[in-house]
This record gives sequence, structure tokens and C-alpha cells, in this order.
Amino acid sequence: MIWNEEKECMSLEDMQELQLKRLQDVVTRAFNEVPYYHKRYSEAEVYPEDIETLDDIEKLPFTTKTDLRASYPFGLFAVDQKEIVEIHTSSGTTGKPTVSGYTKEDLDTWGEVMARGLTMMGVDENDIIQNTHGYGLFTGGFGVHYGGQKIGATVIPISTGQTLRQIELMKDFGTTMLIFTPSYGLHIAEELEEMNIKPSDLNLKVIGFGSESWTDEMRTSIENKFDVPAYNIYGLTEVMGPGVAMECSEQNGLHLYEDHFYPEIIDPKTLKHIPEGQSGELVLTTLTRVGMPIIRFRTHDVTSIKHGKCGCGRTLAKMSKITGRTDDMLKIKGVSVFPSQIEKALLSIQGVEPHYQIILTRPNNLDKIEVKVEASPDIFFDNIKELVGIKEKLAEAIHDEIGLRVTVNLVEPKTIDRVDSGKAVRVIDKREE
Amino acid sequence: MEYLKQLSIFIENKEGRIYNTLHILEDLKVNIRGLSMADTAEFGILRLIVADPVKVKEQLEERDYIAKLTEVIPVLIEDQPGGLNKILKILDDNNLNLEYLYAVALKNSDNAIVLLRLEEMDKGYKVLKENNAPIVDPEKIYSI
Ligand SMILES: [Zn+2]
Repeated sequence: MIWNEEKECMSLEDMQELQLKRLQDVVTRAFNEVPYYHKRYSEAEVYPEDIETLDDIEKLPFTTKTDLRASYPFGLFAVDQKEIVEIHTSSGTTGKPTVSGYTKEDLDTWGEVMARGLTMMGVDENDIIQNTHGYGLFTGGFGVHYGGQKIGATVIPISTGQTLRQIELMKDFGTTMLIFTPSYGLHIAEELEEMNIKPSDLNLKVIGFGSESWTDEMRTSIENKFDVPAYNIYGLTEVMGPGVAMECSEQNGLHLYEDHFYPEIIDPKTLKHIPEGQSGELVLTTLTRVGMPIIRFRTHDVTSIKHGKCGCGRTLAKMSKITGRTDDMLKIKGVSVFPSQIEKALLSIQGVEPHYQIILTRPNNLDKIEVKVEASPDIFFDNIKELVGIKEKLAEAIHDEIGLRVTVNLVEPKTIDRVDSGKAVRVIDKREE
Repeated sequence: MEYLKQLSIFIENKEGRIYNTLHILEDLKVNIRGLSMADTAEFGILRLIVADPVKVKEQLEERDYIAKLTEVIPVLIEDQPGGLNKILKILDDNNLNLEYLYAVALKNSDNAIVLLRLEEMDKGYKVLKENNAPIVDPEKIYSI
């Protein structure tokens, strides 16, 4: 079923017409009502009437997380605070968080886009959604909550944690949809295994997951453990929250609700648009948000966008799974490389633990990549030839993934530097020294 | 077939790593009966003969080492010219490929024991036995 056939199956032409109308409207409102935009646009000498086509969006300055932080707390609101009915914040690792304000209409839009996604996953009013995303200042829990209510499903707002309780409710209430982050989902699966509860003992029919980076292997593992399909949910608090884009039954990309969120893909270095289908940084503009218009927000998420009719019948833009963060992106010999690609290559070989470190050097002005991988019992043999063979196999897998030659070195377990949080230091770039 | 259990340890080819490892074993009061090191520029395999390899393996794993129990064939070599060659000729005549070998000294004896690792262990063991090579009872080596 399709929740909003008119919008989700619109022709590209009609969609672009709607987007342009809405873009002109949001830019005008932002310029008139939000001092931040008024100042930025005046400085750049670009005005609402300069937006005559969708491509004219490139004339507008970007909005960054730093800009949002500088406007703390309510500086980006386009309406009186009394019109704002809900506030969320996204955690800031440094300094103040960024605030996201919603009017009644905004919450309605949020519920609408999430309703589309839940419908896409085959969920309706007969379903019981157990929502393990956190309810609180973070947007995690609420998107699914509003969408679930909009389609008339029964929502269990349990939040994360209390895994035994989660399992008890899954059984007692006959939960049909689980919402979780991949890591928490795998934790629930472990508990189920330990309690000897099989998927067939549950009433589960579908999983929605998000709020974390993930790999295809993780999805496969989740689908195998729960024996139901699992679909990705994408979103970010600054723009709205989860529900900006969601996966359909095809599982080969996420439909982006482009009548509400206008997507651009830019080259993070030149900041210019790149051709459709190519990978770059996602930039989002809220087309309908009333309380807090966000124009050209740099997400730092790397993806690509394609148009065309999807196997599920929708024509909405399709965004590929996020492949990395521009913050993590390395330029090596002119090629964009993400640590996640190296990790993927390593995990493609049985028995390899994802404990690695990338060391970049530039001897004789040529980039050199060394990847240190911690040895594990499964890839240790009492035979030098076989160990060298493993090294070469790993280098080959990485080459297949990134297209560059690397030197792999096996190191002893737990020798790769870890920062205080216990996370490994993934990249050491010595090229600028 | 009674093989001798040897302890193979993954070790980085870095200054002090062998010393540190042997130091740990000393602290654990492990008596090393035999030792060899095979290495590349970056890493290597430290092979040890100890009295209780299963226990030492666990103790090393608790200290984040990667260790494996592997099997070798201990053969007594007489202290006379060509002692080792006689054994190697048996292997060669039967197309048995040697992965590596190293020697362990025997206390109060002029003889040595050579530890053999072959590509085909079971076949090699049989051939050595058939050719009357003096295969040593592993228990005798654990208790040297
Ligand atoms: Zn689709």
C-alpha cells in the first residue's frame, strides 16, 4: 500500500514544480522572519526573488551545525515561541546543543512522512509497534511514535533498555514491528538466543532500524536472527528527525520525501552540485517546515540520489544507504576513501576482527596506505606462508573495495591505539608532517 | 600417532617482543625445553616446547596473546656425522615436504632431538616409523 499516492508517485515535472513553489515560499519566509537568514542573505546579496528555478538554490549560503549552535536557543525560529509546541535538541559533543522547534503543523508533517515510511514497510492499523528508540530530547522515539499513531497502529513507547522487559512485552503483546538501532537490535537477539526464544515463538513481521551507521552484513544478521525483513530509517534532528527518508520493500535505497525535504548532493571540497547518481555530501532544505526553516543544511552524510520509478511503484527520489561521513572522508591519491570501506573489506574475510588502523604517509610525494589489522585466532596459523597469504588476501579485499593498493600488516591483539572511550583511533594521517 | 604438542605464538617483529614474552613465561615459572622463531619483517611465530602447553596457552591468552597448539614429530638424532641427513633422506625418498625443523638439546646426552613439521604429518609419521627412525615418546620431552 502507498500512504500518499499523490505525492509519492508524482511525475518528476510536477514534483519539481511543487518544490520550486515551496522553495520560494520557505526562502521568503526565512528571509523575512529569521534574522539569521536575513543577515546571511543580505551579506551574500541574494534575495528571495533570485530563486527563479530550483538550480538557483546554489546561490544561497549553506547552513551548518555551527550556525545552528550560534543561534542557540531560539534564534532560528520563524514564528513566535508560543506557536512552538515541541522542542528537541541534538547532542553536542562540544558546547551547546542545537535546538529544533516544531509547530503543530510541523508535528503533523513529521507524522505524515513517517506514516508513509511505515506503510512502505507494510505496517498498518492492525500492527503493534514496539519502539525501542529513546523518548526524550533526542528525536529518536517521537518520529516513529507520531507516524505510528497517524496510521492507526498501536505504539508501545518503551524506549531503549530493560531488555528482559522488552522481550516479555514482545511475547505478551504480540509485537509485530520492532524499531531499534542495529546495535541494540543485535543485543535483543542475543538475549532471545540465550533465553532460547525462537523467531517462531514471536509475532514479529517487520523491523525498522536507524540512528546508527550500519553495514549490509549487520542487516543480514538482524534479518536472520529475527527471521523478518529489516528496513532502514534515515533522518536528523536538525531537519526534522527520523523519517526524512526510508527504505521500501526493494531494500536498495531510501525514498526521500522530497516534497518536504529538498535534497542536493554536493562535492564537499568544491561545494558545487555533482551529477545525479554520483556520490557526495547530502544537503537538505526543509520545504514546508513552519517553526524553524532549515535551508541548505550540510548533513556531512555521504550518499547519492537517483530518480525514476522504483519497483515498489513510487517515483520519490531514491537515496543510497549512507556510505560515510565527509568528516571521515580521506583523499588518497585523489580518491575518496572511507574507513568504513576498509572495515567492510576486512569483515568480508571469515575470522577477521574489525580492529584496524589506517596509516597514511607520503614518502617521495606519493601517498602510501598501510592498514594495520589485529590478528585473531581464526587467522593465525603455525605457518609463515599462510600468514603472509592472509595479509595478501586482506590487501586484495581492500583493493577490490577502494581501488587502491595498500600494505596490510598483522599486529598483536589489543595493540591498536584506543582513545579513552575505548574506541580505536582509525586513521593516522602523517602526510602533512 | 603420538605427536609432540608445541605452542605457536603470534608475535610482532618489534624490538623487545621476544624478550617480553620470555619474561612473562619466566614470571609464570614456565621452563622452556625448546624454542624457535620464524619471522618476516613485520611479524613471526614463536614456537615453544614446554611441560604443560595447554596450561601455558591459557595463561598467554589471558594476556592477550594469540597462541595455538600445534604438532611436531620428535626424532632422536645420534651424535655422529650425517645423523640428521639420514632422517631427511627418508623424507625426501618418500616425497614428504618439510615445513620446518628445529633441534632441542637433551640434558646429559650427546644426542639431540629434532622436531619435524611436515606438510603431511600422518603420512610422514608412518613412513618414519616404517624406516625405523627413532621417534621419541613426547612424554619424555615434556619431562626433560
Ligand atoms: Zn521503492
